[in-house]
Amino acid sequence: MSFQATTSQTVGPYFRIGLSPLYRNEVAGLQAAGTRIRISGRVFDGNGAAVPDALIEVWQANAAGRYRHPEDQGAAPLDADFVGFGRIPTGADGGFQFSTIKPGRVAGPGGCLQAPHIVVSVLMRGILKRALTRIYFGGEPANAEDAVLALVPASRRDTLMAQSDGEGHYRWDIHMQGEHETVFFAV
Amino acid sequence: MSDLKGYRKPWWHTQPEYVHPAYGSTVKRGPLQPLIEIPATLSEVTGPVFSATTIGKHAADLTAGHAGESIGERIIVTGRVLDENGKALSNTLLEIWQCNAAGRYLHEGDLHDAPLDPNFTGLGQVVTDAEGRYRFTTIRPGEYPWRNHYNAWRPAHIHFSLFGEAFAQRLVTQMYFPGDPLLPFDPIFNCIADEKARNRLVSSLDWENSKSEFALAYRFDIVLRGRHQTPWEK
Repeated sequence: MSFQATTSQTVGPYFRIGLSPLYRNEVAGLQAAGTRIRISGRVFDGNGAAVPDALIEVWQANAAGRYRHPEDQGAAPLDADFVGFGRIPTGADGGFQFSTIKPGRVAGPGGCLQAPHIVVSVLMRGILKRALTRIYFGGEPANAEDAVLALVPASRRDTLMAQSDGEGHYRWDIHMQGEHETVFFAV
Repeated sequence: MSDLKGYRKPWWHTQPEYVHPAYGSTVKRGPLQPLIEIPATLSEVTGPVFSATTIGKHAADLTAGHAGESIGERIIVTGRVLDENGKALSNTLLEIWQCNAAGRYLHEGDLHDAPLDPNFTGLGQVVTDAEGRYRFTTIRPGEYPWRNHYNAWRPAHIHFSLFGEAFAQRLVTQMYFPGDPLLPFDPIFNCIADEKARNRLVSSLDWENSKSEFALAYRFDIVLRGRHQTPWEK
């Protein structure tokens, strides 16, 4: 058989049938350590119309900056009540919401710590391969020294910033196209 | 900490572009700005691991768990999950979904005038074994119309979703059936410029795994991205 990576195909409009068993909008367990936050937003297409059939998947480190994964051999402790995965479908208004704890800083390129962030896959009908992006936190001082953010033109960085509107709630929209097109990454 | 080994980039033309006008919905949904290349960090070489997830009792048999027999041709689907370095991915979760034999999904958005089957849901979950093998039993899905263009029909297909071992490996794809006369006309299948890559989405009839007097088997192997290696490193 070939060892070339299998081609991606769209998730289509009916993914709920297969993917809903792992829907998770509470990323952190009740006993997880850290600052509780909620992140909500909406997904928009190139016409500015809400996307009611998108799926957002998130992955993040715990409050101490440790991923629950064998590849993370860092010294920070694991948290028994924290896995770090979320999967949220958008509603009729293109909206999604999840609750979690604010992630800690994890190691980055060149031995520098990365700013707190959540990695995100965006899937939907009309997307032939997952779109990869990140949520950072607006106003976070560590953003200034983040090696990934440094690769993003300054004029587009705000598309990655969840903005606090108080009480632990952050707002972060996804624009697939247009003036505020979200920055998507290739890794 | 030294920099991490990244994942191989896709071979030229073996992965779709975001905007593929023949598939109309991509035009306003696919990102238009160039992707920003970033090095693989801990955030991308880690990812959720679901081998320990409790999966349903009937998750590897989509024809089971209902009051009666599912309508349609029973088939077995089997294959291996490897990475680009040829490493078998054991204990890796595959999520599967499909329409029924009549070409109808159990979903309120599917308005196709074809019958639902009360004995078929179209949801499966399987985990690979130590050699990366998976296997499930299902009903051969039907073809169905969609509104992409006049008289547009999707070839028969089964949806697959895999996480692999890392966020960088995430893959959602579709498996097709050999000899399907709709394949040359399907803009989703044909979104991949490389013909060989495209044809690897077509399963093959698998006599060895077919069960006499019970079900034919189809083989569909899946390759997730592999990490860069130094020559001969294992």
